[in-house]
Amino acid sequence: MSELLELQDLSVTYRTSEGPVPAVRDVSFTLPAGRSLGVAGESGCGKSTLAAAVLRLLPASATLGGRILLNGEDVLTMKFGRLRAVRWGAASIVFQGALHSLNPVQRVGDQIAEPILVHDRKATTGSARKRVAELLTQVGLPPRLASSYPHQMSGGQKQRVMIAMALACKPQLVIADEPTTALDVMVQAQVLDLLTSLVRELGLGLVIISHDLSVLGTTCDELMVMYAGRVVEHGPAREVLGQPTHPYTRALAAAFPTIGDPSSRFAPSGLPGDPPFPGDLPPGCPFHPRCPSAIEACSQRPVELEQVSPGRTAACLLVEARP
Amino acid sequence: MTEATAGTRYRSPRAIAWARRRASWSSSWGIFRKQRSGIAGVIILAFFIVVALVSPLIWPASDLDVSQATGPILAPPSWAYPLGTDYLGRSVLTLICWGARVSLIVGLAATAISMVIGTLVGIASGHYKGLIGAGLERLTDWFLVIPFLPLAVVLATILGPTLQNVIVVIGITSWPGTARIVRAQTLSVGARPYLERAKALGAGDWHQMRRHVLPNVMPLVLANTTLTVAVAILSETTLAFLGLGPSDKVSWGSILEDVFQNAGISQGAWWWLLPPGLCVVLVVLAFTLVGRALEVVVDPRMRER
Amino acid sequence: MSSIIPADVEPPPSPEAPVRRRQRGKGESLGRYSVRRILTGLGTTVFVVVVNFFLFHMLPGDPLTNYTRGRNVDQNQIRELRKAYTGPLWVQFKHYIRNPFSSHIDSAQFSQPVWKVIGDHVWPTLLLVGTATVLSTIFGLLIGIKAGWRRGSRFDKWSTGSTLVLYAMPEFWLGMMLLILFSTGLGPLPGLFPSGGVHNPELSQSSPAGVLSILFHLALPCATLTLIYLAEYSLVMRASVLEEKSQDYLQTARAKGLRDKLVRRRHAVPNALLPSITLIFLNLGFIISGAVTIETVFSWPGLGELTYEAIRGPDVPLLQALFLLFSVAVIASNVAADIVVASVDPRTRS
Repeated sequence: MSELLELQDLSVTYRTSEGPVPAVRDVSFTLPAGRSLGVAGESGCGKSTLAAAVLRLLPASATLGGRILLNGEDVLTMKFGRLRAVRWGAASIVFQGALHSLNPVQRVGDQIAEPILVHDRKATTGSARKRVAELLTQVGLPPRLASSYPHQMSGGQKQRVMIAMALACKPQLVIADEPTTALDVMVQAQVLDLLTSLVRELGLGLVIISHDLSVLGTTCDELMVMYAGRVVEHGPAREVLGQPTHPYTRALAAAFPTIGDPSSRFAPSGLPGDPPFPGDLPPGCPFHPRCPSAIEACSQRPVELEQVSPGRTAACLLVEARP
Repeated sequence: MTEATAGTRYRSPRAIAWARRRASWSSSWGIFRKQRSGIAGVIILAFFIVVALVSPLIWPASDLDVSQATGPILAPPSWAYPLGTDYLGRSVLTLICWGARVSLIVGLAATAISMVIGTLVGIASGHYKGLIGAGLERLTDWFLVIPFLPLAVVLATILGPTLQNVIVVIGITSWPGTARIVRAQTLSVGARPYLERAKALGAGDWHQMRRHVLPNVMPLVLANTTLTVAVAILSETTLAFLGLGPSDKVSWGSILEDVFQNAGISQGAWWWLLPPGLCVVLVVLAFTLVGRALEVVVDPRMRER
Repeated sequence: MSSIIPADVEPPPSPEAPVRRRQRGKGESLGRYSVRRILTGLGTTVFVVVVNFFLFHMLPGDPLTNYTRGRNVDQNQIRELRKAYTGPLWVQFKHYIRNPFSSHIDSAQFSQPVWKVIGDHVWPTLLLVGTATVLSTIFGLLIGIKAGWRRGSRFDKWSTGSTLVLYAMPEFWLGMMLLILFSTGLGPLPGLFPSGGVHNPELSQSSPAGVLSILFHLALPCATLTLIYLAEYSLVMRASVLEEKSQDYLQTARAKGLRDKLVRRRHAVPNALLPSITLIFLNLGFIISGAVTIETVFSWPGLGELTYEAIRGPDVPLLQALFLLFSVAVIASNVAADIVVASVDPRTRS
């Protein structure tokens, strides 16, 4: 039985006027139904590109390599007609910045109903409307909100609408790209609760992309950390957060202080410098210029993902590989 | 600044400023050069400017004199007259080259007037809050409402058909367009922090406008100016066609007026009709292309599209 | 056409492109906004009426001699003229204000009340300008959408290049070129189209043959105006579509499985149309005065040709009335533009 989502050595390279820019390099993972995966990293590490790649939503200037298997079918070689059916029907995306991801001159209910009417030949406007009301209730919004416009709603409400819209065609996989960015903390918590309960109830596969580790730690089963287009660490969420092995993960985890833990106070956190521009990567491990534990070998040899313990991998020379 | 670090030469603040200016000009030129359309526009304009400057040397003004025309009337193009002759026997080629002078002069001079008035009013209305600013904005709005042609017609009738008057008329009718753009730009500049800091340091209104607002507004105004010239040339052509242009000078519009008034169409004199209009199209198009290229240089947002 | 044509082109500001009016605030109801906008429009009308007075009452020369030169003028008329044009300026102004449309003064050329003359010439202009507006709007928008959506394609390059050239053309020159090609006939082309007038005077206007004749006469002038207006609409719509193309909600639509055509039609175009609607309505006011040159070229007996004759006179009372009419038309279309956009864009509704 094939997994719900399986990425095999996915690479995405953008063709630009300054040469090819590798945004995503050799990313692989599997996600079975009913599990959630968190993808963490700073901006520019390729996580949003990854999300868009799963449904082949990248611009024409992007070249993709590797395979993306959705229920065993390779998305990258699908014919257009099949791809359109898969989009939203099998997998959907909750985009970030719901501020601009909704059509400003169309009512919210119509936008949720649109994929229903497109994918289901037998759907009528009446049945679609009923389904829209169901979905809105499922995400905790009053059904009468269907007749409002996006600008009349708050940030949290818009994000819930995006989630309702993502569930419209009963997909098996939902990818949430920065679902809580630009929301205040209380609303963040509500949205995350909603996502976790939906995964449980509907048996969905969920991929959450965020730069906020605290969000991912509590919501996801597995955690994958990306840096400069590569996976640097991957494993069960609790373990990766609790005992990070890669220096980058360690720095990322330390950047979020634990409230109430006295050792977090005054502890130095954060990393100097900026993530590298994907078109201009340093030799060897891309993280070595900022790494507090870098050694000479880090700038010379490329680093591969090695298994650290059963179910955990990391890409660092300093971590002992244990097959 | 007097203690330079070892190995660097001491440069006065002025020298540093000039070096910076030179660097920014060469980078602007680099961006402009990449716009093929802008370069095409520049080439076309250069061609017409040369023609305008050179024509008095090649064809004496007497060739335009109605009483001295010796060519055959309404003759199609031939070796003697490459663009044929008009209804009086004058060479159309001569007429076109001389017409370039008037059309370009009117276009550039009228735009200069429009730019000066428009920039002054625009900066003032954007910078001064309160009654002055609001009042000037109202004034600009009102003038924009008055349709160009009737106003130009009336002004031209009042003032009389001379070259200077046509320039004044077009300049007066087009300043509101510049003022509007300048005002919008002034408002956006005014929201920037360095203006607040200048004010906190005690800079008066005049100093603020001259030293901070103007240099930041000028690039966009310059880009817009080329587009204004295009419109001014079209306006002059229209006015001349309607008989309101300078009565003693030949311009592309006045040639078209002659064509219309003297049955050039019904006689099929296409060699007389085609060149003046074609010249207008080329020059206006060239200014438009240069203007768009300049806007790309000036406004970083336009670059990545 | 190579990449000589710039990638992004918006039309240069026409001499008549007006300012963006004060937008409706959030929460302001449509009714209140409309009233506010109409009041502003009336205010501007007052300004224009005053300007109109000053312009025409400051012309050089004695208006009475200009007016009566070589004609027999009714005693009543001379009395009216004296009241309107002689005496201290403020007395003239008082007289003018009472009747700014000077309905009781005759046109110098027609010896008929000015407003009757204008009334007789309205329908040809409406026919010509109305047809041209409808055609140019439809085709201009369609071309702009297709060009903007597939930017850089061959269609885009050709259409943008052509519309740029059209935009740079004096409209009367295009008209004369069409005349010489299709009316006089050049080389192999037969001169089929009439060279002027609105219809064959021998045919009754209401008979089928008469109507056909009108259409036949309408063809060339309407084609000229359509091509000229089309250029601007197409360029603006293209710029608008380009602007929308980079918006996020289009990616959402694509992710939902919509075909490209649907994404364009249902999502991009309605958003891109908003600035174009503004432009169309704003242009309505200027179109009437802009048709002056075309009507002259084609001897089309409408308001435009009337203006041309009035200029040649100069027929001062007629010019004054025409000026006022054109200005009021522009003001009215500005108000209409703002109200239409406010009612259509849901973002400005409470």
